[in-house]
Amino acid sequence: MARRTPLHAVHIAAGARMVEFAGWEMPVQYSGVIAEHMAVRQAAGIFDVSHMGEIVARGPEALAFVQSLTSNDAAKLVPGRIQYSALTTPAGTFVDDVLVYCLGESDYLLVVNAGNAAKDFAWIREHAAGRDVVVEDVSPQWAQIALQGPRALEILRPKVREPIDGLRYYSFMMAEVDGASSIVSRTGYTGEDGFEVYCPADAAPAIWNALLREGERHGLKPAGLGARDTLRLEAKMALYGNDIDDTTTVLEADLGWIVQLEKGEFLGRDVLLRQRDAGIERKLVGFQVPGRSVARHGYPALSDGRRVGTVTSGSFAPFLQKNIGLAYLPRGMWEPGTPFAVEIRGRAEPAVVVPTPFYKRQR
Amino acid sequence: MHPTHLRYSKEHEWLHVEQGKGTMGITDFAQHELGDIVYVELPEPGRQFKAGEVIGTIESVKAVSEIYAPVSGEVLEVNSALGDEPQKVNRDPHGEGWICRVSLADSGEVGNLMDAAAYESFVGK
Repeated sequence: MARRTPLHAVHIAAGARMVEFAGWEMPVQYSGVIAEHMAVRQAAGIFDVSHMGEIVARGPEALAFVQSLTSNDAAKLVPGRIQYSALTTPAGTFVDDVLVYCLGESDYLLVVNAGNAAKDFAWIREHAAGRDVVVEDVSPQWAQIALQGPRALEILRPKVREPIDGLRYYSFMMAEVDGASSIVSRTGYTGEDGFEVYCPADAAPAIWNALLREGERHGLKPAGLGARDTLRLEAKMALYGNDIDDTTTVLEADLGWIVQLEKGEFLGRDVLLRQRDAGIERKLVGFQVPGRSVARHGYPALSDGRRVGTVTSGSFAPFLQKNIGLAYLPRGMWEPGTPFAVEIRGRAEPAVVVPTPFYKRQR
Repeated sequence: MHPTHLRYSKEHEWLHVEQGKGTMGITDFAQHELGDIVYVELPEPGRQFKAGEVIGTIESVKAVSEIYAPVSGEVLEVNSALGDEPQKVNRDPHGEGWICRVSLADSGEVGNLMDAAAYESFVGK
């Protein structure tokens, strides 16, 4: 039986359509994916992302420990700052993609994908053996609400006791949200400005409802996993299990900016070092399908009638009004403008490599 | 929700028979399940098909779904307005969102389809 977030009853009351996702019963849409997507681009959307996992690593060796398991350079973090990173395998592939929060000098919070939370915790605990670090899965204590869109700041501001205007992108602060001690984080998975609020599970329904009321006059809409997926795709943010997994390296995923080889040893570093020097054979690139058909996860990518790669994500992009997608393509096919084809229901549908992100907000 | 003058298939198509000709589309239940529809791949007029055959495709933002012929026959006319406005299928699935008009090869096949009450109980309403 799928697990329910602390906001389950709120979603049912709002008439959300619920689906099972990563072992959780989650809202996939309320009013409709396109309307929710557009609300986030033009006003704001509120998402229940309480299914995400939270793992704490603390102790004298916490930094060295996090450094040894992740590809980005956690030493660059200071308390209050956040980093996107990869939890790597010895093959330089993904155990998961994670956000690393520096809570204190020897205190880190890793936010992980719901579908990987149990696997990640086992992996992290296993590697903590013999080190002066304590790891704890704190997921059950936390709910997480994402407030995303150009109006997010205006909507959240009156509900937080502390001033939040100065909070920079990829920074967080401890704050009181609707009276509950929370983490307010300027992060998101939509390509818009916005916040992710980690609050105590039992405070989540009141915070959700308070934000919805506050947001009403700003055009705030509750948004589900459907819009979350189309929003993150327009912004070219990778989805674990679709675009990245334990068979794709961090460099192949075109995430070289989170691979800091000079920081010292970490799992998979030797593989990534070799790939950096010799070059990679395939890379995750963005493409557009000029026709009306939608290229979807798993469809073959073709060149001269031959299969050369695989589509990992694809959708109609509601804001851009185009059919877009991501695919692993071989070296020589990465330049924007490169034509290829996607096999859609037995037909070779023309496609073309395009620059990414597909969508970038105006700052 | 599902009008009583239509007949319904287990694959969630509806058929309206008038003077020996049929009009078909997808049901309100189906459009609701699919969500925002962004493309309808229509069959070619003149195409002959058997009951249960795939004659088209519907793409929504989150899913792709086949259109199955509820009976055997031939495509007489397609709703080309769906080219520019596929969302008509969401808005008015049993009316302006019709998919195609067909001739029936065997009008007896209509008896294999469900009436509105049977269809609603089939989809669990």
